[in-house]
Amino acid sequence: MLSRTADNLYWLARYLERAETSARLLEVGARIALMPSAAGYRNEWESLLHASGTANGFAKKYGDAVQRNLESWFFFDTDNASSVMSCITAARENGRIVRTALTTQVWDALNTAFQELRQLERRPRSELDLSTLTDWTMRNTALVRGSIDATLLRNDGWDFLNLGYYLERADNTARLMDVKYYVLLPRLEFVGSGLDNYQWTTLLRAMSSHRAFHWAYGGEVTAAKIAHFLILNPQCPRSLITCVEGMTSHLDRLSRGYQRKTFAQDRARSLQAELAELRVEDIFEEGLHEFLSRFIGDMARAGSVIRDCYLNGDVR
Amino acid sequence: MTSYFNEMYQGKSVRVPYARLQDWMNSMPAELRQMKQAEAEALFRRIGITFAVYGEGGDPDRLIPFDMFPRVFSGAEWAKLERGIKQRARALNAFLVDVYGRGEIVRAGRIPARLVYLNEAYEKAVVGFVPPKGVYSHIVGIDLVRTGPDEFFVLEDNCRTPSGVSYMLENREIMMRMFPDLFRENRIEPVDSYPEILRRTLASVAPMKCDREPTVVILTPGHFNSAYYEHSFLADLMGVELVEGQDLFVEGEFVFMRTTEGPRRVDVIYRRLDDAYIDPLCFRPDSMLGVPGLMDVYRSGGVSICSAPGAGVADDKAVYTYVPEMIRFYLGEEPILNNVPTWQCGKDDDCKYVLSHLNELVVKEVHGSGGYGMLVGPKATRDQVEMFRGRITANPHNYIAQPTLALSTTPTFVAEGIAPRHVDLRPYCLVGERIELVPGGLTRVALTEGSLVVNSSQGGGVKDTWVLAE
Amino acid sequence: MLLTVDHVTRYFYDQPVRGVVQSHRLMPSQCAGQKVLKWKVSVSDGQMGGGFRDGAGDWVQGWTVLGPVNEITVHVTGQVDTVDQAGVLRGHKELTPPDAYLRKTHPTDADTGLAALADGLTTAKDALSAAHDISARVSDAIVYTPDTTNAHTTAAEALAQGTGVCQDQAHAVIAVCRHIGLPARYVSGYLLVGIDGAAHDAAHAWAEVFIAGLGWVGFDPANRCCPDDRYIRLGSGLDSLHAAMIRGIARGQGEESLDVSVTVQAAQTQSQTQQ
Repeated sequence: MLSRTADNLYWLARYLERAETSARLLEVGARIALMPSAAGYRNEWESLLHASGTANGFAKKYGDAVQRNLESWFFFDTDNASSVMSCITAARENGRIVRTALTTQVWDALNTAFQELRQLERRPRSELDLSTLTDWTMRNTALVRGSIDATLLRNDGWDFLNLGYYLERADNTARLMDVKYYVLLPRLEFVGSGLDNYQWTTLLRAMSSHRAFHWAYGGEVTAAKIAHFLILNPQCPRSLITCVEGMTSHLDRLSRGYQRKTFAQDRARSLQAELAELRVEDIFEEGLHEFLSRFIGDMARAGSVIRDCYLNGDVR
Repeated sequence: MTSYFNEMYQGKSVRVPYARLQDWMNSMPAELRQMKQAEAEALFRRIGITFAVYGEGGDPDRLIPFDMFPRVFSGAEWAKLERGIKQRARALNAFLVDVYGRGEIVRAGRIPARLVYLNEAYEKAVVGFVPPKGVYSHIVGIDLVRTGPDEFFVLEDNCRTPSGVSYMLENREIMMRMFPDLFRENRIEPVDSYPEILRRTLASVAPMKCDREPTVVILTPGHFNSAYYEHSFLADLMGVELVEGQDLFVEGEFVFMRTTEGPRRVDVIYRRLDDAYIDPLCFRPDSMLGVPGLMDVYRSGGVSICSAPGAGVADDKAVYTYVPEMIRFYLGEEPILNNVPTWQCGKDDDCKYVLSHLNELVVKEVHGSGGYGMLVGPKATRDQVEMFRGRITANPHNYIAQPTLALSTTPTFVAEGIAPRHVDLRPYCLVGERIELVPGGLTRVALTEGSLVVNSSQGGGVKDTWVLAE
Repeated sequence: MLLTVDHVTRYFYDQPVRGVVQSHRLMPSQCAGQKVLKWKVSVSDGQMGGGFRDGAGDWVQGWTVLGPVNEITVHVTGQVDTVDQAGVLRGHKELTPPDAYLRKTHPTDADTGLAALADGLTTAKDALSAAHDISARVSDAIVYTPDTTNAHTTAAEALAQGTGVCQDQAHAVIAVCRHIGLPARYVSGYLLVGIDGAAHDAAHAWAEVFIAGLGWVGFDPANRCCPDDRYIRLGSGLDSLHAAMIRGIARGQGEESLDVSVTVQAAQTQSQTQQ
């Protein structure tokens, strides 16, 4: 397959997943903002902006972090490269370029999402509450994902799509956790407090995982359980280990199909091995933030290895 | 009042090829028609056909209106057209090989040297090169108009990269889906073999150094190009990769594409990119769309480029006048299809005539396309006429003029029901080891009442084109 | 005259580039008065690509270099035995019709200033003297002065400022000749410098003008003469870009810088003393 085609498929998936993350981030912010403010809290919205890496752009355009503006910023604003609008547009454009590598169903789902979004944008903002927007995003990204799973040929293109999904999802899970732990919680003494637990629950909700979590663990919500769930539990669809396993299996499929191994397989396998042996105590010993930062770095490196081994066109 | 040839009716009676359409037409009440029309449009949008015909510009997300009323040729009518088109395609290719070789036609004084050698489309870079099978133009799109039962005229030739063939295929596909009965009642020659014949044609002109089943690709300027849909559509139906310049590179004596499994050699490039952009080391140095070093590989027999660089000199509007001469010179035959009589403003006598008959003539720029830079004398305002008078006087070589042709009409669905509208025809002739023509083409229709301009940028639409089996 | 050539072109990239593709016109023309005894072109880390003789009779040779590289060197060495042909290109096989050299290009487009250099000249009676006059007028109007123009300067710009190098002068001769209907083209090659202390530029360029009945004739406005046995002809084109000895492009972000050195020597005396 053309390297550029693989690259387009990979980014199509990454953008879709990223659109979903922006919507989830918006939801976390809105829920946390419903909490009564306590003295000394940083503005949660500010924190989210920092977490998404778009605080400067937002400040320049809107100034104060008012919820209405944040909704625009995270949802419609094309000046924000991670907004739902930017991501869906980019995903659709990547899809249009490789239209013939997609099935009609996948293209339909993608194109319909794009067309609907453009119509949503034209409606008065007062008619659109936040949950309409986030629900819309979840539903449409799931539709595309579902069409991919149901209709796409299981060829190398499918592997590149999934690599994009897993890589982006791992990165996003790690970032969302890091936001919670490092950015949202004002001071260390709040650990274990009602606020702490409320925030964790919110985070789980935002990942559509709070029910799954209760089924799997029961009892009190604790940082250790959540870390285990979102990092080490292979049953959780968004956990880091699930994503890394997904990457490994798609890279293995590629190496089998192409009958050649690359550095990317080694890289993914060693990441997977590390996570498999890790205990939640080890993570807290290292420091959750430190661990997550390291993991985010590892993922970025994995991404660039995949790029060098398959996508950048210099493959020999 | 000019009278126009109506392809369906002869007086009160229906011409034979259209016989069965009469009932179909009458059996469709307005509501059904509107429903069907909406259905067709939804189908087009769904598959994403939203592109302009090459060189016409315009909004890339625009749909070209599709008219459901087919345009029909009898087998006998088509047989003559086919012979004429193939004859023309052969002559045009013979001309190209000649003018990049010894230039016999120029030496024989049958066409002015300057018209050929000073032509902007004449590529010095390919002089002395004979492409595989002696073919420069592998896809010849010949624009035809009809003025009577047996009168066809060639309006222009397109030897570079004629576009619109995806409409021919999609129009048929949609008609078959919506009106399967029509296809049972009429014996209509299929056109869906076009992509396979195109692939075979391209493979048949593999380069000298290719010693295996050739790898064919389509080279597109990119996804921002207005014809991108057509490029990806054809690539898909042919089962070949659609590449951009950045996907290809030259190494040693060959061209390769960048794949996830490493470099893969490419043998035949069907390019949808103008000459000027294909190789910055040979043509425009600032082009980012092409492949550096491509021309060296091409000329040393490592890759084939279709159409061959330089093919454009044969479809220039001033060179067009000499195509009948080419047919006589190279083939020793009389032209089967007529040229439209053309005055070249570059010739003093012609220019005088044109300037004194501007109100009756159609004036075109030699290098213009898509209905831009064109004066339709009988429909023009006084100001427009005067503006053209000024332009022609200032730069006569840049203009030709032709009589206003009485383009035939076919029944067309319009808001009020069914009405005659003017049409033209672009068939696509494929030239490789063999010369082939699928029975059909793209019929463009001027949807505005009385309009003779069929270009989609000027309110034109498209129709399915039928050739009936004998 | 026995001429030896040593021509080194070095390209440097401040960051490694992923690859380089070049197209060369670096082989001496096959024509009367030029007998190639030895000739070698090498490209560091390069792979020789497709080569062919084009319609103008030049040997065009493709080269590719697979990166990453920071530097590449193109090295031309050789020996050519030359005989003075009084500027006339003889025995040179080419197919391109002279009329194809009447086409304007950006650097050879004649503005009113260039057109004025043709005042009083016609091709009707004596095209050859017209061409001589044009070359002489260009030598006067554009004074050879290095470093006053660059590779993209047009003939019109050089004329307006009154200074330039061989490239500008050749472009000007071409522009004026085409203006009066004489086919003209740009020629690149080598020149033995320093014999009389007056010749300019060992890597040289001049113009050729097509004179009916005689063929292509060289004019070197930089040295106010027609090419003789001090010249080695390599290739031609509509202008300097199309006749360039090396056209190349690198793939990558690196900024390119260039270092060229050319030595052309008369080998006769040397080879005699060695015996």
